[in-house]
Amino acid sequence: MNLAEWRTRESFYEATARRRITGVLDQNSFQEILGPADRITSPHLEELGFPVSFDDGVVIGSGLLNGNNVMIAAQESGFMGGSVGEVHGAKMTGLLQSALATKTTAVLLLLDTGGVRLHEANAGLVAISEIQRAAFRLREAGIPILVLIGGNNGCYGGMGIFARCCDHVIMSEEGRLSLAGPEVIETAGGVEEFDSRDRALVWRTMGGKHRFLLGEADRLVIDDIRAFRAAAIELMQKPEPLTLESMLQEHRRLAERLEAYGDCKDALEIWKRMGIPGSDSIPIMDNEAFHAAIKPYVASKETQEKKCHER
Amino acid sequence: MIEQLKFDFPGHPSPVQPARGNACIGVVNSGNLEVLIESAALGGRCEVDVKTSANGFKSTWAAVLEDFFARNRFADIKISINDYGATPAIVSLRLDQAAAEIMEKEMR
Repeated sequence: MNLAEWRTRESFYEATARRRITGVLDQNSFQEILGPADRITSPHLEELGFPVSFDDGVVIGSGLLNGNNVMIAAQESGFMGGSVGEVHGAKMTGLLQSALATKTTAVLLLLDTGGVRLHEANAGLVAISEIQRAAFRLREAGIPILVLIGGNNGCYGGMGIFARCCDHVIMSEEGRLSLAGPEVIETAGGVEEFDSRDRALVWRTMGGKHRFLLGEADRLVIDDIRAFRAAAIELMQKPEPLTLESMLQEHRRLAERLEAYGDCKDALEIWKRMGIPGSDSIPIMDNEAFHAAIKPYVASKETQEKKCHER
Repeated sequence: MIEQLKFDFPGHPSPVQPARGNACIGVVNSGNLEVLIESAALGGRCEVDVKTSANGFKSTWAAVLEDFFARNRFADIKISINDYGATPAIVSLRLDQAAAEIMEKEMR
């Protein structure tokens, strides 16, 4: 990447939820649904004496992606850690249902979240299960759901599970995807198990590069809103089949992965075992160098699935 | 607990015309706030609703808002704020951003 390109980059990581949406979609095409002026705020937070947000921390609506009708949602990482409360979740569920009713080309979900909003307890948990249910209905109809992860909260908890229930995951190196967050693991298992303050450890375990190497992210892009947009355009018309056969295939892939790397104590060991030369320096490679280094050694998700299928 | 404050300002006699109905700026994060600015038929006046987690700063809010309306020619404008303990400087900045945003035709 040359200097001129660097200067025109716009960080996805640094942008607000609204800016991420307007940057990913075609210019001036975004139509917000239940925007701030509608004031649909969390009744639970108000009851607890916490400040509320006019959009409950998620921006939803419709727009165009390369001329195609899409639905889009973006979680605002700054408000309550992007957490899913009752209203927040209902907005996402409604968006997915609306995408099914109007048969949009795809749904884009810009996730930036720690998962359930614990202040809202069961209402938040139910909200995530409703999002999941709505997503499976959409997948059954062959409308792809694309998850974009590149914000500072990463994607954790129930929403981490949810992300892997969707058709495609697009991540940047800065993005993180996992179930329990670093602090949660440390609290439950002790600092010897996982040191949440060791940023290098956190990123090589949960960050975009490792998720891509394990086949959990379909695309690893640079931290530029336009790079996310380009990857979304590439994948928006490619639904992944959701059938019994595709589920069994995925289970075979996971079993094979567990067998290959189950005894590894660190991502560094996994990368070494993959046979990638200079794997120790993966964390410091830029996106281009990373893809060049791993290409001969890491089968893409598509070829891995084919291999499992043939077996 | 959350303190609710209401303010009322006489509108400017020769006001600017907002380019769109509303704009929302900022995030409800520690030390930050969100400002929703809307066109509203208020008979030429301006209203401000504040919900803040920092109690007991009514006179500071009044001073910051007075400054804001002194440097902006607004009438028939409603401003709603969710505040999570922002300092007066941050409040002024977000108000100015909201004022600039509602004058833009399209969301940036």
